[in-house]
Amino acid sequence: MSLIRLSSVSHTFSTATGPLPVLDSLDLSINEGEFTAVVGPSGCGKSTLTRLIAGLLIPDEGEVWLHGERVVSPRSTVGMAFQNPVLLEWRSILKNVMLPLEIVSSGMPAKEQEQRARYLLSLVGLEGFEDKRPSELSGGMRQRASLCRSLVHKPDVVILDEPFGALDAFTREDLWQTMHSLREQEPFTALLITHDLRESVFLADQVIVLSGRPAHAQHVLDVDIPGKRTLEDLYTQKATEMLAELRQQIQIAQGKTAVTP
Amino acid sequence: MSIRRVLIPVFAVVVFLLLWELLVWVNQWPNYKMASPTDIWPAFWKFKHLFLEYGWQTLWRTVVGLLLSIMFGTLIGLLMGMSKVIRDGLYPLLVGFNAIPKATVVPIIALMFVGQHNMNTILMAFMISFFPIAVSVSIGLSTLEPEYRDILRALGASKFTIFRKIALPKTLPEFFGALKVAVTLAFIGTNLVEIIEPHGRGLGHLFDSAKINSDYPLMFAVLIALAVMGIMLYYVVVVLEQIFAGWAERSPT
Repeated sequence: MSLIRLSSVSHTFSTATGPLPVLDSLDLSINEGEFTAVVGPSGCGKSTLTRLIAGLLIPDEGEVWLHGERVVSPRSTVGMAFQNPVLLEWRSILKNVMLPLEIVSSGMPAKEQEQRARYLLSLVGLEGFEDKRPSELSGGMRQRASLCRSLVHKPDVVILDEPFGALDAFTREDLWQTMHSLREQEPFTALLITHDLRESVFLADQVIVLSGRPAHAQHVLDVDIPGKRTLEDLYTQKATEMLAELRQQIQIAQGKTAVTP
Repeated sequence: MSIRRVLIPVFAVVVFLLLWELLVWVNQWPNYKMASPTDIWPAFWKFKHLFLEYGWQTLWRTVVGLLLSIMFGTLIGLLMGMSKVIRDGLYPLLVGFNAIPKATVVPIIALMFVGQHNMNTILMAFMISFFPIAVSVSIGLSTLEPEYRDILRALGASKFTIFRKIALPKTLPEFFGALKVAVTLAFIGTNLVEIIEPHGRGLGHLFDSAKINSDYPLMFAVLIALAVMGIMLYYVVVVLEQIFAGWAERSPT
Protein backbone atom coordinates (compact mmCIF):
# COMPACT_ATOMS: atom_id res chain seq x y z
CA MET A 1 0.00 0.00 0.00
CA SER A 2 1.23 3.44 -0.76
CA LEU A 3 2.21 5.75 2.07
CA ILE A 4 0.82 8.89 0.46
CA ARG A 5 -2.08 8.85 -1.93
CA LEU A 6 -3.88 11.76 -3.55
CA SER A 7 -7.05 10.82 -5.39
CA SER A 8 -8.59 13.30 -7.84
CA VAL A 9 -7.61 16.32 -5.77
CA SER A 10 -8.84 19.68 -7.04
CA HIS A 11 -8.28 23.01 -5.40
CA THR A 12 -9.26 26.55 -6.28
CA PHE A 13 -8.02 29.72 -4.59
CA SER A 14 -10.24 32.74 -4.46
CA THR A 15 -8.16 35.79 -5.34
CA ALA A 16 -8.93 39.47 -5.78
CA THR A 17 -9.26 38.88 -9.51
CA GLY A 18 -11.62 35.92 -9.16
CA PRO A 19 -11.29 32.18 -8.63
CA LEU A 20 -7.95 30.64 -9.53
CA PRO A 21 -8.02 26.88 -10.05
CA VAL A 22 -4.59 25.45 -9.20
CA LEU A 23 -5.08 21.71 -9.06
CA ASP A 24 -7.43 19.70 -11.23
CA SER A 25 -8.15 16.06 -10.36
CA LEU A 26 -4.56 15.31 -9.42
CA ASP A 27 -3.70 11.69 -8.70
CA LEU A 28 -0.46 10.75 -7.07
CA SER A 29 0.92 7.93 -5.02
CA ILE A 30 4.18 7.58 -3.12
CA ASN A 31 5.40 4.35 -1.58
CA GLU A 32 7.15 4.09 1.75
CA GLY A 33 10.86 4.77 1.47
CA GLU A 34 10.50 6.22 -1.99
CA PHE A 35 11.96 9.53 -3.11
CA THR A 36 9.57 11.37 -5.39
CA ALA A 37 10.39 14.56 -7.25
CA VAL A 38 7.71 16.86 -8.64
CA VAL A 39 8.61 19.17 -11.51
CA GLY A 40 6.46 21.47 -13.54
CA PRO A 41 6.12 24.96 -14.97
CA SER A 42 6.34 27.95 -12.60
CA GLY A 43 3.17 28.65 -10.67
CA CYS A 44 1.57 25.32 -11.52
CA GLY A 45 0.63 24.55 -7.94
CA LYS A 46 3.66 22.62 -6.71
CA SER A 47 3.76 24.41 -3.39
CA THR A 48 0.00 23.97 -2.99
CA LEU A 49 0.62 20.26 -3.32
CA THR A 50 3.10 20.32 -0.42
CA ARG A 51 0.65 22.22 1.76
CA LEU A 52 -2.05 19.67 1.02
CA ILE A 53 0.13 16.75 2.01
CA ALA A 54 1.27 18.56 5.15
CA GLY A 55 -2.36 19.10 6.10
CA LEU A 56 -1.90 22.88 6.09
CA LEU A 57 -4.53 23.11 3.40
CA ILE A 58 -7.62 20.97 2.84
CA PRO A 59 -8.55 20.41 -0.82
CA ASP A 60 -11.92 21.51 -2.17
CA GLU A 61 -12.41 18.15 -3.82
CA GLY A 62 -10.71 14.79 -3.62
CA GLU A 63 -8.83 13.18 -0.79
CA VAL A 64 -5.32 13.10 0.62
CA TRP A 65 -4.33 9.94 2.43
CA LEU A 66 -1.29 9.44 4.60
CA HIS A 67 -0.59 6.03 6.14
CA GLY A 68 -4.14 4.94 5.37
CA GLU A 69 -5.62 7.91 7.21
CA ARG A 70 -7.32 10.83 5.56
CA VAL A 71 -5.44 14.09 6.09
CA VAL A 72 -7.81 16.73 7.42
CA SER A 73 -5.47 18.74 9.64
CA PRO A 74 -1.74 19.20 10.21
CA ARG A 75 -0.11 16.14 11.65
CA SER A 76 3.16 15.77 13.42
CA THR A 77 4.35 13.04 11.07
CA VAL A 78 5.55 15.45 8.39
CA GLY A 79 8.86 17.26 8.13
CA MET A 80 9.35 20.33 5.98
CA ALA A 81 12.26 22.21 4.46
CA PHE A 82 11.98 25.23 2.18
CA GLN A 83 14.15 27.23 -0.18
CA ASN A 84 14.57 29.70 2.66
CA PRO A 85 16.10 27.62 5.51
CA VAL A 86 14.03 29.65 8.06
CA LEU A 87 16.32 28.88 10.96
CA LEU A 88 15.56 30.74 14.17
CA GLU A 89 18.32 33.31 14.57
CA TRP A 90 18.10 33.35 18.36
CA ARG A 91 18.81 29.66 18.69
CA SER A 92 22.02 27.73 18.19
CA ILE A 93 22.15 25.28 15.29
CA LEU A 94 21.66 22.42 17.73
CA LYS A 95 18.59 24.04 19.31
CA ASN A 96 17.20 24.77 15.86
CA VAL A 97 17.41 21.14 14.89
CA MET A 98 15.78 20.16 18.19
CA LEU A 99 12.78 22.42 17.64
CA PRO A 100 10.38 19.80 16.18
CA LEU A 101 11.18 17.43 19.05
CA GLU A 102 10.11 20.07 21.57
CA ILE A 103 6.68 20.04 19.96
CA VAL A 104 6.22 16.47 18.83
CA SER A 105 8.20 14.47 21.36
CA SER A 106 8.02 16.68 24.42
CA GLY A 107 8.10 13.53 26.53
CA MET A 108 11.50 12.54 25.16
CA PRO A 109 14.30 13.26 27.66
CA ALA A 110 16.27 16.38 26.74
CA LYS A 111 19.44 14.33 26.67
CA GLU A 112 18.03 12.02 24.00
CA GLN A 113 16.67 14.92 21.98
CA GLU A 114 20.12 16.44 21.95
CA GLN A 115 21.80 13.17 20.98
CA ARG A 116 19.39 12.71 18.10
CA ALA A 117 20.06 16.24 16.81
CA ARG A 118 23.80 15.88 17.20
CA TYR A 119 23.73 12.59 15.32
CA LEU A 120 21.90 14.11 12.34
CA LEU A 121 24.20 17.13 12.30
CA SER A 122 27.18 14.80 12.17
CA LEU A 123 25.62 12.99 9.19
CA VAL A 124 25.44 16.19 7.15
CA GLY A 125 28.95 17.30 8.11
CA LEU A 126 28.01 19.96 10.64
CA GLU A 127 29.92 18.43 13.53
CA GLY A 128 31.54 21.23 15.50
CA PHE A 129 28.97 23.81 14.42
CA GLU A 130 26.29 22.79 16.94
CA ASP A 131 26.71 25.88 19.10
CA LYS A 132 27.02 28.41 16.28
CA ARG A 133 24.23 30.80 15.41
CA PRO A 134 22.62 30.45 11.97
CA SER A 135 24.03 33.84 10.96
CA GLU A 136 27.55 32.46 11.41
CA LEU A 137 27.00 29.72 8.81
CA SER A 138 27.09 29.78 5.01
CA GLY A 139 23.93 29.32 2.95
CA GLY A 140 24.72 25.69 2.21
CA MET A 141 25.40 24.92 5.87
CA ARG A 142 22.16 26.58 6.91
CA GLN A 143 20.29 24.44 4.42
CA ARG A 144 22.00 21.32 5.83
CA ALA A 145 20.80 22.28 9.29
CA SER A 146 17.32 22.85 7.91
CA LEU A 147 17.35 19.33 6.43
CA CYS A 148 18.32 17.92 9.82
CA ARG A 149 15.43 19.78 11.41
CA SER A 150 12.99 18.29 8.91
CA LEU A 151 14.22 14.77 9.76
CA VAL A 152 14.82 14.96 13.48
CA HIS A 153 11.40 13.68 14.60
CA LYS A 154 11.51 10.72 12.17
CA PRO A 155 8.56 11.92 10.10
CA ASP A 156 6.61 9.61 7.81
CA VAL A 157 7.36 11.93 4.94
CA VAL A 158 9.78 14.79 4.40
CA ILE A 159 8.50 17.55 2.16
CA LEU A 160 11.29 19.45 0.46
CA ASP A 161 10.08 22.59 -1.31
CA GLU A 162 12.99 23.62 -3.54
CA PRO A 163 15.49 23.39 -0.68
CA PHE A 164 18.51 23.79 -2.97
CA GLY A 165 17.02 26.47 -5.22
CA ALA A 166 18.94 29.40 -3.78
CA LEU A 167 22.35 27.72 -3.62
CA ASP A 168 25.20 27.99 -6.08
CA ALA A 169 25.75 25.05 -8.44
CA PHE A 170 28.66 23.45 -6.56
CA THR A 171 27.05 23.73 -3.14
CA ARG A 172 23.90 22.28 -4.65
CA GLU A 173 25.74 19.23 -5.96
CA ASP A 174 27.37 18.78 -2.55
CA LEU A 175 23.96 18.77 -0.95
CA TRP A 176 22.58 16.29 -3.46
CA GLN A 177 25.26 13.88 -2.33
CA THR A 178 24.50 14.67 1.29
CA MET A 179 20.87 13.74 0.60
CA HIS A 180 21.94 10.35 -0.71
CA SER A 181 24.18 9.60 2.24
CA LEU A 182 21.43 10.77 4.62
CA ARG A 183 18.99 8.35 3.03
CA GLU A 184 21.49 5.54 3.41
CA GLN A 185 21.93 6.14 7.15
CA GLU A 186 18.41 7.22 7.91
CA PRO A 187 15.87 5.93 5.36
CA PHE A 188 12.94 8.28 4.81
CA THR A 189 10.16 8.95 2.34
CA ALA A 190 10.52 12.24 0.54
CA LEU A 191 8.62 14.51 -1.76
CA LEU A 192 10.89 17.02 -3.47
CA ILE A 193 9.60 20.03 -5.35
CA THR A 194 12.20 21.32 -7.77
CA HIS A 195 12.83 23.28 -10.95
CA ASP A 196 16.07 21.48 -11.64
CA LEU A 197 15.59 18.44 -13.87
CA ARG A 198 19.10 17.15 -13.19
CA GLU A 199 18.40 17.36 -9.50
CA SER A 200 15.18 15.39 -9.88
CA VAL A 201 16.90 12.64 -11.86
CA PHE A 202 19.88 12.47 -9.50
CA LEU A 203 17.83 12.30 -6.31
CA ALA A 204 14.51 10.68 -7.09
CA ASP A 205 13.14 7.21 -7.68
CA GLN A 206 10.21 8.65 -9.59
CA VAL A 207 9.73 12.06 -11.17
CA ILE A 208 6.21 13.41 -11.59
CA VAL A 209 5.67 16.12 -14.18
CA LEU A 210 2.75 18.42 -13.40
CA SER A 211 0.85 20.07 -16.22
CA GLY A 212 0.32 23.82 -16.38
CA ARG A 213 -2.30 25.36 -14.10
CA PRO A 214 -4.72 23.86 -13.12
CA ALA A 215 -2.32 21.01 -12.62
CA HIS A 216 -2.74 17.30 -12.89
CA ALA A 217 -0.06 14.62 -13.01
CA GLN A 218 0.89 14.71 -16.67
CA HIS A 219 3.72 12.23 -16.72
CA VAL A 220 5.56 9.89 -14.41
CA LEU A 221 9.15 8.90 -15.03
CA ASP A 222 10.72 6.04 -13.12
CA VAL A 223 14.36 6.80 -12.59
CA ASP A 224 16.10 3.53 -13.05
CA ILE A 225 19.66 4.08 -11.90
CA PRO A 226 20.53 1.13 -9.68
CA GLY A 227 23.06 1.17 -6.88
CA LYS A 228 24.76 4.13 -5.28
CA ARG A 229 24.46 7.16 -7.52
CA THR A 230 27.32 9.46 -8.30
CA LEU A 231 27.35 12.72 -10.22
CA GLU A 232 28.85 10.82 -13.17
CA ASP A 233 25.54 8.99 -13.51
CA LEU A 234 24.09 12.27 -14.78
CA TYR A 235 26.36 12.19 -17.83
CA THR A 236 25.45 8.73 -19.12
CA GLN A 237 23.41 8.06 -22.21
CA LYS A 238 20.53 6.83 -20.09
CA ALA A 239 20.43 9.97 -17.95
CA THR A 240 20.59 12.17 -21.00
CA GLU A 241 17.58 10.39 -22.43
CA MET A 242 15.65 10.76 -19.19
CA LEU A 243 16.47 14.47 -19.02
CA ALA A 244 15.37 14.90 -22.64
CA GLU A 245 12.11 13.13 -21.86
CA LEU A 246 11.47 15.38 -18.85
CA ARG A 247 12.38 18.49 -20.80
CA GLN A 248 9.93 17.57 -23.51
CA GLN A 249 7.19 16.95 -20.95
CA ILE A 250 7.83 20.33 -19.34
CA GLN A 251 7.50 22.00 -22.71
CA ILE A 252 4.20 20.25 -23.25
CA ALA A 253 3.12 21.40 -19.80
CA GLN A 254 4.06 24.94 -20.73
CA GLY A 255 1.97 24.62 -23.85
CA LYS A 256 4.98 25.19 -26.10
CA THR A 257 4.77 21.89 -27.95
CA ALA A 258 1.75 20.18 -29.34
CA VAL A 259 1.08 16.84 -27.65
CA THR A 260 2.42 14.21 -29.99
CA PRO A 261 1.07 10.69 -29.67
CA MET B 1 36.76 46.10 23.55
CA SER B 2 34.49 46.85 26.52
CA ILE B 3 36.88 49.58 27.74
CA ARG B 4 36.65 51.22 24.35
CA ARG B 5 32.89 51.05 24.50
CA VAL B 6 33.01 53.16 27.66
CA LEU B 7 35.89 55.44 26.72
CA ILE B 8 34.59 56.52 23.32
CA PRO B 9 31.26 57.91 24.57
CA VAL B 10 32.98 59.53 27.58
CA PHE B 11 35.52 61.15 25.29
CA ALA B 12 32.72 62.44 23.04
CA VAL B 13 30.95 64.00 26.03
CA VAL B 14 34.15 65.70 27.21
CA VAL B 15 34.79 67.12 23.73
CA PHE B 16 31.21 68.34 23.59
CA LEU B 17 31.52 70.13 26.96
CA LEU B 18 34.83 71.75 25.95
CA LEU B 19 33.37 73.02 22.66
CA TRP B 20 30.35 74.34 24.52
CA GLU B 21 32.57 76.20 27.03
CA LEU B 22 34.66 77.56 24.17
CA LEU B 23 31.60 78.75 22.24
CA VAL B 24 30.28 80.73 25.22
CA TRP B 25 33.74 82.08 26.06
CA VAL B 26 34.56 83.18 22.51
CA ASN B 27 31.25 84.97 22.10
CA GLN B 28 31.34 86.38 25.61
CA TRP B 29 27.70 85.41 26.05
CA PRO B 30 26.04 86.30 29.36
CA ASN B 31 24.56 83.31 31.21
CA TYR B 32 20.96 84.31 30.39
CA LYS B 33 21.79 83.83 26.74
CA MET B 34 23.70 80.61 27.14
CA ALA B 35 25.13 79.28 30.38
CA SER B 36 28.44 77.47 30.07
CA PRO B 37 29.30 74.15 31.72
CA THR B 38 31.32 75.98 34.37
CA ASP B 39 28.24 78.06 35.27
CA ILE B 40 26.07 74.98 35.46
CA TRP B 41 28.06 72.90 37.87
CA PRO B 42 27.80 75.43 40.79
CA ALA B 43 24.04 75.74 40.15
CA PHE B 44 23.74 71.99 40.27
CA TRP B 45 25.84 71.65 43.40
CA LYS B 46 23.94 74.39 45.24
CA PHE B 47 20.60 72.62 44.72
CA LYS B 48 21.85 69.06 44.76
CA HIS B 49 19.30 67.90 47.35
CA LEU B 50 16.51 69.31 45.14
CA PHE B 51 17.95 67.56 42.11
CA LEU B 52 17.93 64.28 44.00
CA GLU B 53 14.39 64.72 45.27
CA TYR B 54 12.84 66.08 42.07
CA GLY B 55 14.95 63.87 39.86
CA TRP B 56 13.65 60.82 41.66
CA GLN B 57 10.05 62.06 41.23
CA THR B 58 10.57 62.57 37.52
CA LEU B 59 12.35 59.25 37.15
CA TRP B 60 9.85 56.97 38.88
CA ARG B 61 6.88 58.55 37.17
CA THR B 62 8.59 58.23 33.80
CA VAL B 63 9.44 54.59 34.44
CA VAL B 64 5.91 53.76 35.56
CA GLY B 65 4.50 55.49 32.46
CA LEU B 66 6.95 53.57 30.35
CA LEU B 67 5.97 50.25 31.91
CA LEU B 68 2.34 51.04 31.12
CA SER B 69 3.32 51.82 27.53
CA ILE B 70 5.16 48.55 27.24
CA MET B 71 2.13 46.60 28.46
CA PHE B 72 -0.49 48.51 26.51
CA GLY B 73 1.69 49.03 23.41
CA THR B 74 2.60 45.35 23.25
CA LEU B 75 -1.04 44.35 23.66
CA ILE B 76 -2.23 46.69 20.89
CA GLY B 77 0.73 45.61 18.74
CA LEU B 78 -0.17 41.95 19.26
CA LEU B 79 -3.77 42.52 18.25
CA MET B 80 -2.77 44.54 15.19
CA GLY B 81 -0.04 42.09 14.25
CA MET B 82 -2.30 39.06 14.36
CA SER B 83 -5.45 40.46 12.76
CA LYS B 84 -5.56 42.52 9.61
CA VAL B 85 -9.07 43.69 10.47
CA ILE B 86 -7.92 45.12 13.79
CA ARG B 87 -4.87 46.63 12.11
CA ASP B 88 -6.92 48.40 9.47
CA GLY B 89 -9.38 49.58 12.09
CA LEU B 90 -6.90 50.84 14.67
CA TYR B 91 -4.22 52.48 12.55
CA PRO B 92 -6.11 55.69 11.69
CA LEU B 93 -7.18 56.07 15.32
CA LEU B 94 -3.66 55.56 16.62
CA VAL B 95 -2.07 57.86 14.07
CA GLY B 96 -4.68 60.52 14.77
CA PHE B 97 -4.13 60.24 18.48
CA ASN B 98 -0.38 60.41 18.06
CA ALA B 99 -0.65 63.45 15.81
CA ILE B 100 -2.27 65.55 18.55
CA PRO B 101 0.44 67.72 20.14
CA LYS B 102 0.63 66.36 23.65
CA ALA B 103 1.12 69.84 25.17
CA THR B 104 -2.52 70.55 24.29
CA VAL B 105 -3.64 67.45 26.14
CA VAL B 106 -1.98 68.49 29.41
CA PRO B 107 -4.67 70.98 30.49
CA ILE B 108 -7.36 68.53 29.48
CA ILE B 109 -6.14 65.70 31.67
CA ALA B 110 -5.36 68.22 34.43
CA LEU B 111 -9.05 69.18 34.42
CA MET B 112 -10.20 65.61 34.06
CA PHE B 113 -8.32 64.38 37.10
CA VAL B 114 -7.92 67.47 39.25
CA GLY B 115 -5.16 67.16 41.81
CA GLN B 116 -4.09 63.68 40.73
CA HIS B 117 -0.59 64.94 39.92
CA ASN B 118 1.19 61.61 39.91
CA MET B 119 -1.47 59.99 37.81
CA ASN B 120 -1.60 62.86 35.31
CA THR B 121 2.14 62.78 34.87
CA ILE B 122 2.29 59.03 34.46
CA LEU B 123 -0.64 59.15 32.05
CA MET B 124 1.14 61.66 29.83
CA ALA B 125 4.41 59.70 29.85
CA PHE B 126 2.37 56.68 28.84
CA MET B 127 0.30 58.41 26.14
CA ILE B 128 3.30 59.90 24.40
CA SER B 129 5.38 56.73 24.36
CA PHE B 130 3.18 53.72 23.58
CA PHE B 131 2.77 54.45 19.88
CA PRO B 132 6.21 53.34 18.61
CA ILE B 133 5.97 50.18 20.71
CA ALA B 134 2.56 49.26 19.31
CA VAL B 135 3.64 49.94 15.73
CA SER B 136 6.90 48.01 15.95
CA VAL B 137 5.35 44.96 17.63
CA SER B 138 2.59 44.86 15.02
CA ILE B 139 5.06 45.19 12.15
CA GLY B 140 7.28 42.53 13.67
CA LEU B 141 4.37 40.10 13.85
CA SER B 142 2.73 40.90 10.53
CA THR B 143 5.97 40.57 8.59
CA LEU B 144 6.72 37.09 9.91
CA GLU B 145 7.48 34.94 6.86
CA PRO B 146 4.80 32.28 6.38
CA GLU B 147 7.43 29.52 6.25
CA TYR B 148 8.26 30.11 9.92
CA ARG B 149 4.65 29.53 10.80
CA ASP B 150 4.33 26.52 8.47
CA ILE B 151 7.30 24.72 9.99
CA LEU B 152 5.55 24.60 13.34
CA ARG B 153 1.98 24.39 12.05
CA ALA B 154 2.88 21.31 10.02
CA LEU B 155 3.89 19.68 13.30
CA GLY B 156 0.47 20.37 14.74
CA ALA B 157 1.71 23.15 17.06
CA SER B 158 -0.95 25.38 18.61
CA LYS B 159 -1.19 29.08 17.79
CA PHE B 160 0.10 29.87 21.25
CA THR B 161 3.15 27.63 20.78
CA ILE B 162 3.93 29.27 17.45
CA PHE B 163 3.64 32.65 19.12
CA ARG B 164 5.85 31.71 22.05
CA LYS B 165 8.52 29.84 20.09
CA ILE B 166 8.73 32.03 17.01
CA ALA B 167 6.69 35.22 16.78
CA LEU B 168 7.61 36.57 20.20
CA PRO B 169 11.40 36.13 20.04
CA LYS B 170 11.48 37.25 16.41
CA THR B 171 9.77 40.53 17.32
CA LEU B 172 12.14 41.33 20.20
CA PRO B 173 14.74 43.33 18.19
CA GLU B 174 12.02 45.60 16.79
CA PHE B 175 10.50 45.90 20.23
CA PHE B 176 13.77 47.06 21.78
CA GLY B 177 14.38 49.49 18.94
CA ALA B 178 11.01 51.06 19.69
CA LEU B 179 11.66 51.00 23.42
CA LYS B 180 14.77 53.16 22.92
CA VAL B 181 12.59 55.77 21.23
CA ALA B 182 9.86 55.38 23.84
CA VAL B 183 12.29 56.01 26.73
CA THR B 184 13.10 59.52 25.55
CA LEU B 185 9.49 60.23 24.62
CA ALA B 186 8.34 59.22 28.09
CA PHE B 187 10.68 61.84 29.61
CA ILE B 188 9.15 64.46 27.36
CA GLY B 189 5.70 63.43 28.56
CA THR B 190 6.61 63.64 32.23
CA ASN B 191 8.22 67.03 31.86
CA LEU B 192 5.40 68.45 29.78
CA VAL B 193 3.07 67.98 32.72
CA GLU B 194 5.66 69.13 35.25
CA ILE B 195 6.32 72.36 33.33
CA ILE B 196 2.88 73.23 31.94
CA GLU B 197 0.92 72.31 35.07
CA PRO B 198 3.52 72.77 37.80
CA HIS B 199 2.45 71.01 40.93
CA GLY B 200 5.63 71.30 42.94
CA ARG B 201 7.06 67.98 41.84
CA GLY B 202 9.71 66.78 39.44
CA LEU B 203 12.55 68.39 37.54
CA GLY B 204 10.02 70.20 35.35
CA HIS B 205 8.92 72.11 38.42
CA LEU B 206 12.52 72.93 39.28
CA PHE B 207 12.97 74.25 35.74
CA ASP B 208 9.86 76.37 36.07
CA SER B 209 10.89 77.90 39.38
CA ALA B 210 14.38 78.60 38.00
CA LYS B 211 12.72 80.45 35.15
CA ILE B 212 10.57 82.49 37.57
CA ASN B 213 13.65 83.35 39.63
CA SER B 214 15.71 84.16 36.53
CA ASP B 215 18.28 81.59 37.61
CA TYR B 216 19.53 80.82 34.14
CA PRO B 217 22.38 78.45 35.03
CA LEU B 218 19.87 76.42 37.09
CA MET B 219 17.58 76.13 34.04
CA PHE B 220 20.46 74.72 32.03
CA ALA B 221 21.42 72.44 34.91
CA VAL B 222 17.91 70.95 34.87
CA LEU B 223 18.19 70.31 31.14
CA ILE B 224 21.50 68.54 31.65
CA ALA B 225 20.07 66.48 34.51
CA LEU B 226 17.19 65.40 32.28
CA ALA B 227 19.62 64.47 29.54
CA VAL B 228 21.70 62.41 31.97
CA MET B 229 18.62 60.57 33.22
CA GLY B 230 17.53 59.91 29.67
CA ILE B 231 20.95 58.46 28.85
CA MET B 232 20.86 56.29 31.98
CA LEU B 233 17.46 54.83 31.15
CA TYR B 234 18.51 54.34 27.54
CA TYR B 235 21.47 52.24 28.63
CA VAL B 236 19.24 50.20 30.90
CA VAL B 237 17.27 49.34 27.76
CA VAL B 238 20.50 48.57 25.90
CA VAL B 239 21.54 46.12 28.62
CA LEU B 240 18.12 44.44 28.54
CA GLU B 241 18.35 44.27 24.77
CA GLN B 242 21.70 42.55 24.93
CA ILE B 243 20.33 40.00 27.37
CA PHE B 244 17.10 39.22 25.53
CA ALA B 245 17.85 40.05 21.90
CA GLY B 246 21.64 39.99 21.77
CA TRP B 247 21.44 37.37 19.02
CA ALA B 248 20.19 39.99 16.57
CA GLU B 249 23.49 41.86 16.71
CA ARG B 250 25.89 40.53 14.11
CA SER B 251 29.53 40.66 14.92
CA PRO B 252 31.30 42.75 12.28
CA THR B 253 33.32 40.55 9.96
